[in-house]
Amino acid sequence: MGDTVAVPSPPLQPPGLFDFEQVWVCDGDAVILRDVDVTVPEGGITVIRGPSGSGKSTLLRLCNRLEIPSRGRVLLRGRDLATLDPVALRRRVGMVFQTPTPFPGTVLDNLRVAADMDPPAAARLLERVGLPAELLDRDAATLSGGEAQRMCLARTLATGCEVLLADESTSSLDPAAARVLEELVAQLAAAGTTVLWVTHDEAQCERIATHTLFLDHGRVVGGSLAR
Amino acid sequence: MPGELTLWGLAASGLMVGVAVVLSLWRGLGLSRSILWAALRALVQLLVIGLALDLVIDRDRPLVLSWAWVVAMVLFAAWTTRRRAPEVPGGFTLSLLAYTASSVVSLGVLFGFSIFPLEGRTIVPLAGMVIGNSLASTVLVGRRIIDELSEQRDVVEARLALGRTATEAARPHLRAAVRTALIPQIETTKAVGIVFLPGTMVGLILAGADPLAAVRVQVAVMYLVLGSVATTTTVVALGLSRRVFTPDHRLVRLHPARQ
Repeated sequence: MGDTVAVPSPPLQPPGLFDFEQVWVCDGDAVILRDVDVTVPEGGITVIRGPSGSGKSTLLRLCNRLEIPSRGRVLLRGRDLATLDPVALRRRVGMVFQTPTPFPGTVLDNLRVAADMDPPAAARLLERVGLPAELLDRDAATLSGGEAQRMCLARTLATGCEVLLADESTSSLDPAAARVLEELVAQLAAAGTTVLWVTHDEAQCERIATHTLFLDHGRVVGGSLAR
Repeated sequence: MPGELTLWGLAASGLMVGVAVVLSLWRGLGLSRSILWAALRALVQLLVIGLALDLVIDRDRPLVLSWAWVVAMVLFAAWTTRRRAPEVPGGFTLSLLAYTASSVVSLGVLFGFSIFPLEGRTIVPLAGMVIGNSLASTVLVGRRIIDELSEQRDVVEARLALGRTATEAARPHLRAAVRTALIPQIETTKAVGIVFLPGTMVGLILAGADPLAAVRVQVAVMYLVLGSVATTTTVVALGLSRRVFTPDHRLVRLHPARQ
């Protein structure tokens, strides 16, 4: 080969935590997400906001493979999620749902669905979410909405996840319980857990967001992460 | 044959249909035509089946005719299950598998241990007992699983989101559905002889059989039915749990029947 001129390669953009590459999600004829092309960075709280039916929850569920793209791909630190073991992925990327989802049994039984643990370890976990250790033996079905949602957060944290997905997790709670959960999640983010938080509440978004992404009719229409 | 019903006796039993029609007319239930149609249809269907059975289960006929009858029953039951529970994905294939499995197991035990002699006279009625009695439970367990997984979708996905496998996430819901489908059969088995006298036994006694001999046959039939219902519901539950989850442990979109 003759002499060649070294062409400087373009600066490599470091991959985000999640990279959505031209992602479409369709259900039959209905398009739920269309051409979403966005990078969610590591750290902080990324708030995904938009009206009902805008595709926020679907975007979140793509991150732990409860949904898969119809077209395009989602990367986690540069690796295509489709190539990762979904069971292992979901232990790294935990999720708290819109309404509390207690399983039958006691609070301790619930925590043990996520991980084997003895009562002292379970009590420490409850303490992290501001619940007293006495609740361990309570039937989970008898908890208040706020307590049940905090137990669900503790259950998710029991997996040792490094990312937390929260799908309108305060929408079924009264304002006081919602603020408690917000503060807990803010503390987790400050301690290094990356949080993706779905909401349609503008005031909540302003209170907690480090980064924002606004969706409407399945498209990214704004926010600090919009390209 | 002792206890044989004459044509006159059969006609006289039709009086009870008349009673039902009169009651419907009196109370304005609007069911008299339906009652008459049901009674007539049952008579014609059973006469046709009786004539056909007479041909098939004759000692001089080859057993293959009886087995062909069993195959037809299994196919018809699977089709009926699919029709009654259209919301169950792959309902025909699953129930076909379930009825086949329970027929093989039940008839295998009955004939393998020589509980009944292997002949046309026993193959067709016993297979009919297995399949007919399993049908309602099979429909029920399929529908229940779809309802349960739809209503409890968040709970199922919460388990998946904790890194549990699809099998683990489905297990409590499948257990609940199978229990719902099995409990009526268990209750029927418990109440037999106290609350009601079952059909096989009544038929044998009316036909002049010794009551204790009739009881022995009835007990064998009840155990057969209990085992076959448990088999069909379990096969459907296990098969359906594979259909409603993807290989990467996601719950597919379900379309439960409207209530």
